[in-house]
Amino acid sequence: MYDANKILIGLAIFLGLMTYPVWSGLGRAVQAPKPEIDTPIIQKMPEKKCVENTHFMKTTHMQLINEWRDDALRKGEREYTNARGEKVLMSLQLTCMNCHSNKDKFCDSCHNYAGVNPYCWDCHLTPKQMKEGI
Amino acid sequence: MGITVSLGAVLAIIFVALIGGSTPGLQYVFGVFLPYVAFAVFLAGFAYRVVNWGRSPVPFRIPTTAGQEYSLPWIKQSKIDNPSTLWGVLIRMALEILVFRSLFRNTKAELRSGHIVFGPAKWLWLGALAFHWSFLIIAIRHVRLFVEPIPVVVQALDTVDGMLQIGAPALYITDLLLVVAVTYLFLRRLVVPRMRYISLPADYFPLLLIFAIATTGILMRYFIRVDIVGVKTILVGLSTFHPTIPEGIGAIFFIHLTLVAVLLAYFPFSKLMHLGGVFLSPTRNLANNNRMKRHVNPWNYPVKVHTYEAYENEFREQMKEAGIPVERE
Repeated sequence: MYDANKILIGLAIFLGLMTYPVWSGLGRAVQAPKPEIDTPIIQKMPEKKCVENTHFMKTTHMQLINEWRDDALRKGEREYTNARGEKVLMSLQLTCMNCHSNKDKFCDSCHNYAGVNPYCWDCHLTPKQMKEGI
Repeated sequence: MGITVSLGAVLAIIFVALIGGSTPGLQYVFGVFLPYVAFAVFLAGFAYRVVNWGRSPVPFRIPTTAGQEYSLPWIKQSKIDNPSTLWGVLIRMALEILVFRSLFRNTKAELRSGHIVFGPAKWLWLGALAFHWSFLIIAIRHVRLFVEPIPVVVQALDTVDGMLQIGAPALYITDLLLVVAVTYLFLRRLVVPRMRYISLPADYFPLLLIFAIATTGILMRYFIRVDIVGVKTILVGLSTFHPTIPEGIGAIFFIHLTLVAVLLAYFPFSKLMHLGGVFLSPTRNLANNNRMKRHVNPWNYPVKVHTYEAYENEFREQMKEAGIPVERE
């Protein structure tokens, strides 16, 4: 090989970068997050159900909340009819966070895991802040 | 012809992955086995190609680069275009790799009122720049799905890419740029007759494959939603060698994954190897120091030399007889 030192060093750097996920996680077990739904209000519910079914909420809640924001703030509509025909108040703080009052253990557990940083809390108050009356 | 073959191949991959992704028994094949094989082929094939290139000798520095070479003191050298030092070469290589300087030189010949006129043609450069940088940023962004905890750099890049804060999940600027750029690069081959004439399936196929990867990714993020936590569980499982396939992951994810696996496996066999090849461009990475340093032809073998001294020793008597002057009596 010609210029072997330069070429092999470059190749080693490339292979090192490409396999970064493999060697950076060596010997470390990664646990999938388990969002907790163990809050006083959810515990009191006879049938544990969210606004829509679990699969929909898992995959599409961000789009739903985003639509709620547009409807509530831009069109002034605050009533959402879900697939079960029930009417729900469109509100992050009063509807979602009313049941899911444990932001740290519910919202954040998956959001941190997936590296998502939604800007809900730029404007909205977290349940903790609401309680403290900030 | 080339388009039909390439389009057919991409559609076939999507179709096979659709079947595999929606059959629970086959999900393991498409979600674990295929990515592993593809990644192994990619790494081994890439290393093989680069080492193979390294084994071919470059006999001489190639000085045919645009710019004045190092010469007499009163002649100004073009230090980046025709460097004679390591630093010059590093700058030239960096400009080539990061901003595609050779493409920037692209010109276009046109006939204007009977005269041939050369003018700048920057669209290809701009398209290539948008395409490659978007692709790189998208690839780095995907690291968030393979490692836990997520590196700060990756997280920061994600935030910057989604800074427009359009919709939820936030629209990525690079998603948009990549689709626009790859469409342009594809249409360029279709619409310009000369480009179309020289285009082969090997040109269309990677473009269509990357277009399909981008499209499925965008569909998955904004339209046919999948459970991102489940997706990360699969991918972290792959990178930590504890593969699992959680239930309820949509077929769209397996289509996306299979297309990426095909791209990786195809990579070492294709023109996509310019990723490694650009670093080995002889007209870019060799300093023009032919006259300062002795460069020995790498395939020189020891030649049996007959020196004049030995010649004279051998024929001294005959030379004297014939009256030819000799150096030593």
